[in-house]
Amino acid sequence: MSFRAAVITFPGSNCDRDMARALEAVSGDKALSVWHGDTDLPERLDFIALPGGFSYGDYLRAGAMAANSPIMRAVAAQAERGVPVLGVCNGFQVLTESELLPGALMRNASQRFICRTAALTVGNTSSIFTDGFEPGERLRVPIAHHDGNYFADEDTLDRLEGDDRVAFRYLDNQNGSRRDIAGVLSANGRVLGMMPHPERAIEPVAHPAMGGADGRRLFENVMQALTSA
Amino acid sequence: MNVRITVRLKPGVLDPQGRAVHHSLDGLGFDGVEDVRIGRIIDMQVADGTGEDTLRKMCEQLLANTVIEDYAIEIVDTAKAPA
Repeated sequence: MSFRAAVITFPGSNCDRDMARALEAVSGDKALSVWHGDTDLPERLDFIALPGGFSYGDYLRAGAMAANSPIMRAVAAQAERGVPVLGVCNGFQVLTESELLPGALMRNASQRFICRTAALTVGNTSSIFTDGFEPGERLRVPIAHHDGNYFADEDTLDRLEGDDRVAFRYLDNQNGSRRDIAGVLSANGRVLGMMPHPERAIEPVAHPAMGGADGRRLFENVMQALTSA
Repeated sequence: MNVRITVRLKPGVLDPQGRAVHHSLDGLGFDGVEDVRIGRIIDMQVADGTGEDTLRKMCEQLLANTVIEDYAIEIVDTAKAPA
């Protein structure tokens, strides 16, 4: 079975090729690339990825302009149909700005751009993205962002935790995120937004600072779930 | 007509930028600054008669992120009434 994934490129996206390469490395199939101004997505998609970067130069707020670009209406429609959507870094910001996920990503509490490998713990283990992980399992995944400080009001945070929608938490929270949240799921579990970059942790590289392969498992989880469905 | 939209972080939402500026003002020797919060002003020229409802929609859909921000709409001046 071929895996039909689309990677959306906005003006200013800069992790779209990494994402496409990661998807191809794990699935063996070339990812389709879609431009933000397109109004339609390719048919019969198995997966949609919103990559990292600085769409529209982060004008107004990170992700705000991209959230209102034509292709996002199509992405929202597919998400509603249950097509898995992964937003990483700027992609997560686009998902919150388009209200496919709750909350907002604010400037890091330190005011500093943070670029390092983050230690994460796995929260939810029942979604299509996370069902191959063990609860509480530790992962090492690179982060690189200026606006990764996850904010939501207390009621929303309680609801996210109560409904098991926190996918990942930081072990060492450096950006100020409420309740150490690094990644959240939609109510139906088919949309995941996360600041860490799984697409940068696809293959074990000689140097331990180079990301490792923990991110690969997230993509493997999705492919496994889709092929066994 | 000219409209001014003021977008500011909601009370209680941490403003790291404001905090950094506050710190700098302290460093410059300005005593007595108790708090600094940074917002954004968006000046727009819109068609005469644009309703408050429409302006509110602009704020809700794009200009402000109401998860973290409040907005205020101010009609700066209205052009002459249509003939």
